[in-house]
Amino acid sequence: MADKREPDGIVLTEAQKRSRRQRSIAIALALGVLAVLFFAVTLVKGPAVLVRPM
Amino acid sequence: MSVIDHNTIEFSPRISEAGVADYMALLKPRVMSLVVFTALVGLVIAPGHVHPVLAFTSILCIAVGAGASGALNMWYESDIDALMSRTANRPIPRGRITRPEALAFGMTLAFFAVMTLGILVNWFAGALLAFTIFFYVVVYTIALKRWTAQNIVIGGAAGALPPVVAWAAATGSLSVEPILLSLIIFFWTPPHFWALALFRSDDYARAGVPMLPVVAGPDATRLQILLYTLVLVAVAIAPWPLGYFDAIYGVTSSILGVAMLVLAIEVYRRRERGEALRATRKLFAFSIFYLFALFATLLIEVVARAVAPSIW
Repeated sequence: MADKREPDGIVLTEAQKRSRRQRSIAIALALGVLAVLFFAVTLVKGPAVLVRPM
Repeated sequence: MSVIDHNTIEFSPRISEAGVADYMALLKPRVMSLVVFTALVGLVIAPGHVHPVLAFTSILCIAVGAGASGALNMWYESDIDALMSRTANRPIPRGRITRPEALAFGMTLAFFAVMTLGILVNWFAGALLAFTIFFYVVVYTIALKRWTAQNIVIGGAAGALPPVVAWAAATGSLSVEPILLSLIIFFWTPPHFWALALFRSDDYARAGVPMLPVVAGPDATRLQILLYTLVLVAVAIAPWPLGYFDAIYGVTSSILGVAMLVLAIEVYRRRERGEALRATRKLFAFSIFYLFALFATLLIEVVARAVAPSIW
C-alpha cells in the first residue's frame, strides 16, 4: 500500500527550488575555483608557499 | 492552557527566490570593471616579473573585494536606494534579496577576498585591500555619505586604491607610480560624481543625501567641477614631466586633459536648463572615457615596450 502523506512543514514552490539550485551550483563553482586557485598557487610557489612576506 | 495559543500564530518564513543574477547585481559589476581595469594597470606597470597565476589571483581578489564593498554598500543604503530612480531597481529595494542576506554575502566575500590575497600573494596587499573595503563601507557609506557634501571627495580615496593594492600585490611594497595613479582617480571622482549629481539632484534631494548640488546649489557645483578638473588635468599630466611615464602617455593625457577642461568650462558656462543638462551629461560620459583612456595608454606603453624594446 502506497503511503501518500502530505509533506510536513514548508513546501518550496518550483521557482524557489529553481533559484535554490542555481545558488547551490554557484556556491559549488566558487568553492571549486578557490580550491583550484590554492592548488595552482601551491604549484607555482613550490616550497616558497610557506614564505609570508609582510 | 498557555497564555498564548500557539495554534493561532502562523509563521510564514520568507523563502528566497533570488537567483545568481540578483547576487551578481549586488556586486556592482560596472564599478567592478573599472576597479579591475585600474588594478590591472597598477599590476602591469609594477617592476619585476609576476607569475600569471599570482597576477590572476591578485586581480580576482581585488575584484571580489570591490564586489563585497558594493554588496555592503547596498545593504546599508537600501532605504535611500528605494527612493532614487537610478537605484530603485537594485535587488534589495526590489525585494529579491533581504538586507541580512546582502550583509552576509558582502561580509563573506570581503573575508575570502582579503584572506586569499593575504595567504596566496602577500599580507601587505591583503591589508591594503581590507583597508579599502573598510574605507568604502564604513568611512564613505556609513559615516560620510549622509553627513557631508564632501562625501565623494573623501570617499573617493577608496575608489582610488585598487592600483595601489595591485602594485603592492606585485612588489610587496609601495612606490610613487601607484600613488600617482591613485591621485588621478582621487581627483577624477569629484567632477565625475558631481556631474552625475547635477542631473540627478532631484533623486538625491528626495533621498536626503547631501550631495553638493542639493546643499550648495548647481552654480557652486559647476565651479567646484571646474576647479577639480583643473587639478585633475594637472595631476594627470604631471607624471610625464616628472619622468615616471613616457611621452605617449604625456601627449595623450595632455590632449584628453584639454578636452576634459573644455567640457568642464562648458558645464560652468551653460546655465539654461536644456543646454546645462546636455553639457553635464557630456562631461559625465567623457569623464569615464577620460579615465579609461589614460590607464589604457599606460597599458599600451608597457606592452609596446615589451614587444619592441629597441624603440624605447
